[in-house]
Amino acid sequence: MAATTPPGQPTSIPFYRDTRVIAILVQVAFALVAIGTFWFLYSTMMDGLRRANLLPSFAFLRQPAGFPISESPIPYDPSRTYGYAFLVGILNTLRVAGVGIVLATLLGITLGIARLSNNWLLRNIATVYVEIVRNVPLLLQLFFWYAMSQAFPRVQEAISVGGLLFLHNRGVTIAWPHANADVGAWVPWLWAGLLAGVGFYIARRIQFVRRDRPGVALPWALLIAGAIALLGFVVTRLVAGQWPVTLEIPELQRFGFSGGITLTTNFAALLFGLVIYTATFIGEIVRSGIQAVNKGQREAARALGLSNAQTLRLVIFPQALRIIIPPLTSQYLNLTKNSSLAVAIGFPDLFAVAGTTLNQTGQAVPVIMMVMASYLSISLLTSLLMNWYNKRMQLVER
Amino acid sequence: MATEASQPRTRAPRPSIGALEWLRQNLFSNWWNGLISLILLVLVFQILSGLLRWVVTTEGWIAVTSNVRLLMVGRYPPDQIWRPELVVALIAVLLGLSGGVWRGIPLVLAAGFSVATLVLGLISLALPPEQAPPVFSTRLFLFGAAALAVLAIAAGWRLRAPLRWPLVAGWILLYPAAILILRGSGANAIGTNLWGGLMLTMILAVSGIVLSFPLGILLALGRRSNLPVIKWFCVGYIELIRGVPLVTVLFMASLMLPLFLPADVRVDAVVRAIVAVTLFSAAYLAENVRGGLQSIPKGQTEAARALGLNVVQTTLLITLPQALRAVIPVLVGQFIALFKDTSLVVIIGLMDLLGAAQAVYTQPQWLGIPGGVWRETFFVVAGIYWIFSFTMSRSARQIETNVNVGNR
Repeated sequence: MAATTPPGQPTSIPFYRDTRVIAILVQVAFALVAIGTFWFLYSTMMDGLRRANLLPSFAFLRQPAGFPISESPIPYDPSRTYGYAFLVGILNTLRVAGVGIVLATLLGITLGIARLSNNWLLRNIATVYVEIVRNVPLLLQLFFWYAMSQAFPRVQEAISVGGLLFLHNRGVTIAWPHANADVGAWVPWLWAGLLAGVGFYIARRIQFVRRDRPGVALPWALLIAGAIALLGFVVTRLVAGQWPVTLEIPELQRFGFSGGITLTTNFAALLFGLVIYTATFIGEIVRSGIQAVNKGQREAARALGLSNAQTLRLVIFPQALRIIIPPLTSQYLNLTKNSSLAVAIGFPDLFAVAGTTLNQTGQAVPVIMMVMASYLSISLLTSLLMNWYNKRMQLVER
Repeated sequence: MATEASQPRTRAPRPSIGALEWLRQNLFSNWWNGLISLILLVLVFQILSGLLRWVVTTEGWIAVTSNVRLLMVGRYPPDQIWRPELVVALIAVLLGLSGGVWRGIPLVLAAGFSVATLVLGLISLALPPEQAPPVFSTRLFLFGAAALAVLAIAAGWRLRAPLRWPLVAGWILLYPAAILILRGSGANAIGTNLWGGLMLTMILAVSGIVLSFPLGILLALGRRSNLPVIKWFCVGYIELIRGVPLVTVLFMASLMLPLFLPADVRVDAVVRAIVAVTLFSAAYLAENVRGGLQSIPKGQTEAARALGLNVVQTTLLITLPQALRAVIPVLVGQFIALFKDTSLVVIIGLMDLLGAAQAVYTQPQWLGIPGGVWRETFFVVAGIYWIFSFTMSRSARQIETNVNVGNR
């Protein structure tokens, strides 16, 4: 073997051709270039800021904000600090994103199923809706819904939808459940229902494990809990002479509606736009997920004698869910990120509040860092939650 | 077997059904379906008749027809309008030649282009003429573009093979050429602050894809690299950008880019937006390309290494070309998303197509029209966005089927 090495040459590879050494050198060079670039950008930025007397600091967070916020889930007034105002922004973002995700999922599933319906009209209307809405920019749609909400009539001439929902230029008023004075008498019943349901569920599961047989416990547990709650509802009515919780229909008074809840036009337009837009994407995900389930599964289920609804509920949907969850997660994240367009239609979300703060304090760097960190945390939390759910739903293979 | 194979292939016979039977099967198969159908029929009729009545009776269209230039090119100087027109003419020629040479999807697109310009030309005949036509009138330009596309299709059809590589080069050169033409040079250069309308939307979207290509591919390769420093840098960048909304990136570029650079370097707003869109798009492109790279069987790399290609050669000659070919439909999808997302530059004060729409319906002269003209403006602008997005998504779907056919 030694004969193959020409005399006078070393047997080992020179270090500059050793891949291990090259790998380290490349990484060191890369790190140096990256750090150098960052250092250059950082130092020019600090120079500029020093000259403008705007050195980055988070001290402004403790100063009074001094600007009003049109709607807030927690008490807010301009004398509160910037940090508190930022919190209001985060809560507003979470509020619109949370409600939006629930509604978009419901509408999206409906759309996905409608696109697979055997009713020609329903199927094609769903297709037209999806193709129109998802090919037009979301911001344009938000502007459109906002302009439309501004064109609603005055409160006195509000457009009524079935007597439960009222559209007017101050917002959207919706009938809402209202707890009456006797609601306290109903609460023990709710606890009893919950305990009975959980107890039943655990007992059944133990039974299944003992007998080593599969089974479903949840539907009956829910039914038992619901029945007890309903019984309590009726009993409270008979004892106290009043339902514990009633649906409060908004009533038009001299200066506006009383009762129900009123969403501002900005919130309603943002929520509506986000839901309408995101639902089309969710609908497509649901449709392709259902279609991706092997045809043999449906045929086998039908051959076993399951009804059409049973096939869908017990065979198709559980399998489709596994395909649906990962892309659904990214749609939820998209909806949350898209809620930052609120700034264009005057809803005080995280991004809008941060923008005002930035304009007033001039602290561009800390504010942008805080905004990015907030969105990143929300995104990561949502991903973690959905990944956990995804893992639970995954096929357990032998 | 032999007799079976010699039989001509025919489709399975489809039972022909009458109109009534079709209705029964598709709309009224049971009482539940019938109820849905009836409700939907009433609803569709209401919506369509309302829409039609509005389209015919509203007087707001005047706001759109008198602002065509604003919507198309923003505040671009009227006497320089031949520049964007020249770019469109270049696109017409390239598209037509491609249609003639490659047939298939490019042909459909080229034919669609010429029909669209023809229809727009006919519409412009019905409108009052422009007060001061620039070098030549818009009508002439529209009919000219339609004719140019048709002529180019014919030329491409005759010449075919020798045109292939020149055409590829032409498409690659189109982007820098278009920027140069629109920008002009010397003292008469047209500042990007005057760019706007559909033109700006297109430039932002195309820049976002074209310029993010090198960066995105590097990030994708970096994320798959064995070198931990490079890998984690790329992972960090991609996840950071994908975790925040585009608005924040746009905001950061428009506020912090001037801070990052020395004081004597001035960057105007459009360039800042292009930088933001590029940085944003690169992260998504990297993930798409990574998907393509993952779909390449490991045997390809191993075979290339066995043949003596080094890592760079293997990537450039073997894996990357296959990966890029596999992700073309996904990239078209990303382009559509970017095309729609560029509308967010309105928030940092640029006047793209959506910004121009806002400028149109807030003009004071439409105050007299009851209800304003926002419906008409949004209707037209949404239609423009829709036509481009829909055409692209259909093309992507077609490319996808073609690619899959090739793989079978």
